[in-house]
Amino acid sequence: MTARIVELRQGILKKNDLAAAALRARLHAHGVFTLNLVSSPGAGKTELLTRTLQRLVARGVRVATLVGDLATDHDAARLRAAGAPVQQICTHGLCHLEADMVGAHLDGWDLADLDVLCIENVGNLVCPSSYDLGEDLRVVLLSVPEGEDKPLKYPTIFNSADVALVTKLDLATACAFDADRAAAHLQTVRPGLPTHWTSARSGEGLDRWVEFLLARREAARATRARTAAGASRDVPPGARAHDPTSLARA
Amino acid sequence: MHELSMAQGIVEAVEDATREARRVQPPGARPATVRAVGVRVGTLSGVAPDALLFCFDVVTRGTPLDGAALAVERVPVAIWCPTCAATLELAEAPPFRCPRCDRPSADLRRGRELELAWYELDDDVPDRVPDAGRAAVRDVAPIHPSPEDRA
Repeated sequence: MTARIVELRQGILKKNDLAAAALRARLHAHGVFTLNLVSSPGAGKTELLTRTLQRLVARGVRVATLVGDLATDHDAARLRAAGAPVQQICTHGLCHLEADMVGAHLDGWDLADLDVLCIENVGNLVCPSSYDLGEDLRVVLLSVPEGEDKPLKYPTIFNSADVALVTKLDLATACAFDADRAAAHLQTVRPGLPTHWTSARSGEGLDRWVEFLLARREAARATRARTAAGASRDVPPGARAHDPTSLARA
Repeated sequence: MHELSMAQGIVEAVEDATREARRVQPPGARPATVRAVGVRVGTLSGVAPDALLFCFDVVTRGTPLDGAALAVERVPVAIWCPTCAATLELAEAPPFRCPRCDRPSADLRRGRELELAWYELDDDVPDRVPDAGRAAVRDVAPIHPSPEDRA
């Protein structure tokens, strides 16, 4: 009697990968450009996002935000001050957001009325790295007080990011922050990672960051238009355009 | 990082996959048993293989997969270097630099895998219908010799 090997090749996180692919398709069908902000707790996501939303609203961009936390809706209350719709996702202890949670919280909105969706993930540099939320742009924040070598300590999430925002630059002197070392470490874990140096307090770097965001949105829209027109594009359906290894998780 | 829920996911996926195999067994046959499960874990996947092994052991106790071995294949990081026009494995990452020409590359081709690759099924069925869909069947020498084989 022979035992036999059955090959599967199935992602372990298949449930979330499938949900994320469906969510991405749904968002793209309505022309929505989606950001997923990740960082350690207290790196300044909410403040940075509030200032980002203010600038987007001022430019007439139709933006909405989902913010994830284990408990409280404090962040949603702060983000609402920017004047755009916000929904709080309370995870009740789960340390990261997952695609099905994001999808469920979008049901109350008409995506046809939306240009940009911002998702503020739970503050955590470990778990969110594996959970695709259907985003177009994964934004990792590194705050000055955390130190220059943070990227080396958390290579998985920094390597998975599409852009880095260094935050709280106004504290650089007080923290003896070495910006050159931080920049080098970011490049070590993710060569070519675009980086923006910001301070929500002073406003430094925020306009440039928003320009970058809008340029990426435009590029994504142009790519989708070209794909729809029949031009070949080496991106598998349901994957982020700049994540070649998502092929392995199909 | 979530090795427990991943172990549960592995068990659910294998149970789903073997449901059909168990369904087509002739009446009176010994129930199909999963002897081993193979997973591929990239070094940049954020998953600790030891933790996954421990959690798999915990999660399978008292289930049909009780006693099944978990084989973890670690997949090293490999990047595509446009200068060398090759996919090259990195002994250590970071840094993400070509081992030949030292050029930095963010084009990761391997290393983030989190994949259920195969399972070893002992199901008493000599002539098998290949599983539908993605699964492929390949005969291999028994990894766990049966008492009959040893006799």
